[in-house]
Amino acid sequence: MYPANFDYQKAASVDAALQAMADNPDLKVIAGGHSLLPAMKLRLAQPPALLDIFNLEELKGIKEDGDFYVVGAMTTHADVLRSQLPLFPEVAGWVGDPMVRNRGTIGGSLAHADPSADYPAAALATGAEFVIRGMGGERTVGADEMFLGMFESAVQHGELLTHIRIPRGISASVYEKYRHPASHYAIVGVAMARHADGQIRAAYTGAAEKAARLPKLEERLNAGQDAGTGLVEGADMLGDRFASAEFRAHLVDVLSDRAAKRLG
Amino acid sequence: MNVTMNVNGKPYTRDVEPRTLLVHFLREDLLLTGTHVGCDTSQCGACTVHVDGEAVKSCTVLAVQADGMDVTTIEGIGTPGDLHPLQTGFWEKHGLQCGYCTPGMIMASAELLKHNPSPSEQEIRYHLEGNYCRCTGYHNIVKAVQHAAEIMAQGGQAGGQAADD
Repeated sequence: MYPANFDYQKAASVDAALQAMADNPDLKVIAGGHSLLPAMKLRLAQPPALLDIFNLEELKGIKEDGDFYVVGAMTTHADVLRSQLPLFPEVAGWVGDPMVRNRGTIGGSLAHADPSADYPAAALATGAEFVIRGMGGERTVGADEMFLGMFESAVQHGELLTHIRIPRGISASVYEKYRHPASHYAIVGVAMARHADGQIRAAYTGAAEKAARLPKLEERLNAGQDAGTGLVEGADMLGDRFASAEFRAHLVDVLSDRAAKRLG
Repeated sequence: MNVTMNVNGKPYTRDVEPRTLLVHFLREDLLLTGTHVGCDTSQCGACTVHVDGEAVKSCTVLAVQADGMDVTTIEGIGTPGDLHPLQTGFWEKHGLQCGYCTPGMIMASAELLKHNPSPSEQEIRYHLEGNYCRCTGYHNIVKAVQHAAEIMAQGGQAGGQAADD
């Protein structure tokens, strides 16, 4: 299968990438390409021009900055898996397979905001921050403001997600996932993290049109109670031929309970 | 667009459309047909090659993305007279039936053994979850990788020009 024809250029720097996007509104950014290229091969996406940012060294690697780890957006899942980050290495181990993890990037995945991707749950549970740069400058978006809808993140056209800031003070974290056996995407995933102040944050992915926090679960766990059931009662769950909305809601309860027991 | 890459230690320059997938570049431009196209949807792993030493699914990488890089295919890790330990392992342990998935299995396993010279059965199965085999039931593939690990632990050399990538 071939994608439809397109023009291709490699970005020399983040600044050059932003300028290129300002000059040509048709440019579509490609990172590891493991969501975009499959969609292009199926002609579900036919961007007229690609801007490749995968090799930008300024967007690779993990540094420490005060109370945060700062992760370059083009850091691959394989590098996240081998890192000392809280929660994200366990989550990365659930993404795709080893070859996919060698190409796919944390920033590409988070900016893409696939409702079944694993990282959004981890970002919400850890309270990650997103550094987004545009021609007008840089802004930082909190995890709760990052995922706006199905395949819709806070990263706007003409902007690049450059770094993900992850708090260093997380003392314990877990990820529980019920995965689709062929695609390996999450039918439901639940991420949980205990923060420096002792409070637990939890979020799910795969179950609805976007990843979201689990306020009822957080309230119960922070009050010393069990996870219980009915955690997403009344919420609008996804239903498809793989799993009904009711089953997904049930999985949120089951995986939350397992996660809470593992978190201890 | 012109792309230049070192494939199995030899430099090649070709003019390609940007939409040319790496697997098609290898098979149709360079006539290296050992790398197979299986599912064509980034799942089965038959097209696995190494790019700058890392295993990738070459049906999901553009040839232009591999411009300037070192690529190793199944043709580059051993020769009929000088098999890579993994090729010996698949031979000795009957790790293939139709053989369609085998190049991808070997390239994925080579990356595993580079990072983990004596993997457990569980580690082998976890690492090969992106490589599908519809014949063997995987059992002999696991044995083949274990056999290769034993050969390499005993100092068996990897053959071919690019086996040390």
